[in-house]
Amino acid sequence: MSDGSFTNRFLKGHAILERSPTLLLGLSLAVVTIGGIVEITPLFYLENTIEDVEGVRPYSPLELAGRDVYIREGCYVCHSQMIRPMRDEVERYGHYSLAAESKYDHPFQWGSKRTGPDLARVGGRYSDAWHVDHFMDPQSVVPESVMPKYAFLMRTELKTEYISDLLATHRFVGVPYTDEMIEQAEDDLRVQADPDGDWDDMLERYPGAAISNFDGQPQLTEMDALIAYMQMLGTLVDFSTFTPDASR
Amino acid sequence: MWDYIKLISFGLIALIAAIAADWGHDLAYQVHAALIMLVAAGMFIWQLRHMDTDAQLDTSGYMDGVIRAGVIATGFWGVVGFLVGVFIAFQLAFPALNFDWGQPFTNFGRLRPLHTSAVIFAFGGNALIMSSFYIVQRTCGARLWGGNLAWFVFWGYQLFIVLAATGYLLGATQSKEYAEPEWYVDIWLTVVWVAVLAVYMGTIFKRQEKHIYVANWFLLSFIITVAMLHIVNNLSIPVSLWGSKSVQVFSGVQDAMTQWWYGHNAVGFFLTAGFLGMMYYFVPKQAGRPVYSYKLSIIHFWALIFLYIWAGPHHLHYTALPDWASTLGMVFSIILWMPSWGGMINGLMTLQGAWDKIRTDPIIRMFVMSLAFYGMSTFEGPMMSIRAVNSLSHYTDWTIGHVHSGALGWNGLITFGALYFLTPRLWGRAQMHSMAAINWHFWLATIGIVLYAASMWVTGIMEGLMWREVDANGFLVNSFADTVDAKLPMYVLRGLGGAMYLTGALIMGWNMWMTIRAGQRVPAQAGVPAE
Repeated sequence: MSDGSFTNRFLKGHAILERSPTLLLGLSLAVVTIGGIVEITPLFYLENTIEDVEGVRPYSPLELAGRDVYIREGCYVCHSQMIRPMRDEVERYGHYSLAAESKYDHPFQWGSKRTGPDLARVGGRYSDAWHVDHFMDPQSVVPESVMPKYAFLMRTELKTEYISDLLATHRFVGVPYTDEMIEQAEDDLRVQADPDGDWDDMLERYPGAAISNFDGQPQLTEMDALIAYMQMLGTLVDFSTFTPDASR
Repeated sequence: MWDYIKLISFGLIALIAAIAADWGHDLAYQVHAALIMLVAAGMFIWQLRHMDTDAQLDTSGYMDGVIRAGVIATGFWGVVGFLVGVFIAFQLAFPALNFDWGQPFTNFGRLRPLHTSAVIFAFGGNALIMSSFYIVQRTCGARLWGGNLAWFVFWGYQLFIVLAATGYLLGATQSKEYAEPEWYVDIWLTVVWVAVLAVYMGTIFKRQEKHIYVANWFLLSFIITVAMLHIVNNLSIPVSLWGSKSVQVFSGVQDAMTQWWYGHNAVGFFLTAGFLGMMYYFVPKQAGRPVYSYKLSIIHFWALIFLYIWAGPHHLHYTALPDWASTLGMVFSIILWMPSWGGMINGLMTLQGAWDKIRTDPIIRMFVMSLAFYGMSTFEGPMMSIRAVNSLSHYTDWTIGHVHSGALGWNGLITFGALYFLTPRLWGRAQMHSMAAINWHFWLATIGIVLYAASMWVTGIMEGLMWREVDANGFLVNSFADTVDAKLPMYVLRGLGGAMYLTGALIMGWNMWMTIRAGQRVPAQAGVPAE
């Protein structure tokens, strides 16, 4: 009965655990840490985790403010920003998403549910005016849509006084904002929504940023910020120069 | 002396909160600061009026007051969470329910986190804390350790719920699913959670029964693992101490992995390990039978907690997460099927020799149906974690259906059973006010879940197939809007299923109220382990 004696020894050993709260707590904590350590930590040092591609830059101040509106309104509960490498998705939404494209996303916005379509490459697909109409009353442009109205964004002036602090905090967690970017943040934010302004320096700092009076109103609103964010999504990487890494 | 320290602390907190309310950068932060100011000021006055009065408390028996409060809170938050759920279900069918006058507060995007947090953390969390405090006393034969610390846990946790819920409505969220509350709410929850662990461990340390009962293993690992998950996933830097906005430390792919390591184990440890702890106490007690297999409980406990942690990356198949990570997640998810079913088998087979009770005892019926749904969703989960299945099911309503068969079926029904078990005992009644009402609740809930899950299978698989459908020339057949349109009838059916489930919970609320009203708070003697 060697089998039986093993079981007995095992149960005897386990009985020690069953009498010691400290051991039980310590061992169960040790057991549950392993999976996370193995799965999470290599992502910080394996070099092929994030592709090396041209074009990905930190968000411009207006885009970042728009991204915060996106987060605040819970857009991520219905919209993903992660195109999978499948025929239909690439056909419908564009090139599959790269890890590099969200490397400055603190936090990530990949989403988990598509009650509405994926937004990873929505930038440049629709005009600013379409976005205004759509946010004001989604059913007016897409009758089947179940999206709520976001007309209040049009009336809500964008708060700009803390934008430098926001950029500085992003720099603290690793986004490469320069001193100049942080100093100029409030001006950069305003000028992006002002096509008549002097936006050359802003565009040099944030190449490819869309410059427009997004909401068509004279004042700067949260609608401006959100549309500026929409219009840049997925537009940064030039896929003609991208070669996938087979070992990934 | 201690009284004076408390008095000064409450005064200081009220003062700082008043300043914060004035300086706050955003609405959510200001409202929260004002709320904390009111609570601290109220506590200050209460403390002032009770200075130097030595209230003699009877501390000989079990500490059941805090459990009575937990029973009521569980029922209350359950109804609130289900109500919000039914409302947002109908919002998806009829978008006009995102009222124009309610913008932005009643928009789906703000209400959905309110629903998930209300059911998981308010309803489920109160159920877990309440029943773990009940179970640990009974299985250790000892009164809760730490005196009023247990009351701090109760009220501190309710404050966390209110801060989280009002935060979502007012726009404070860090957008990480099931971990949306902002930095200061996270810190507060950490403080409360340390107190949970202290009360729980303290009670186990002064136990009279040498052997620690299996329910406590699960509850202990639930408490410590949730602490780990909560801290790591919420690492963030506040933009200002005077505002709610914070910036996550991790970004992109690392943040996604961390989030789903957290997200899946919120299911694994909050909704599975913790609730298995409840199961291991309430099912044997209600059936009047010992747990089926001691050896099985050892094996499936260690296997479950070891394996669950790995399963997170199955939420990220085909994304920008490297393949090695999502493959690991898939493999461990499939292996996880076995220890998950270990719990179901141990629970169901406990009824061996008492199967007739399924016919005669509506509470046992609730537990059995709960275990059946647990078994079903822990089979469905590993299946959906397979890459090929996931390529269809991901991003669709199938996931929503899967989650709800687990949450409504397993977590909901077992909590209802526990409430029906506890309410008469805590208020000195032989049984619930109406046993027929429990039957009504059972059938409304069960049929509601079936309608819910079935309609979500249909919409999920349908939209998954419609998205990928191409014609002979290789063009996509359906626009995205076509798929939204096609789902409408099933969305209505889902809402009806949810409404039935809510109705059942309302009947339970009435039944509990009637039981409590005619009952009285009976003191329970301590010192009879495994009672």
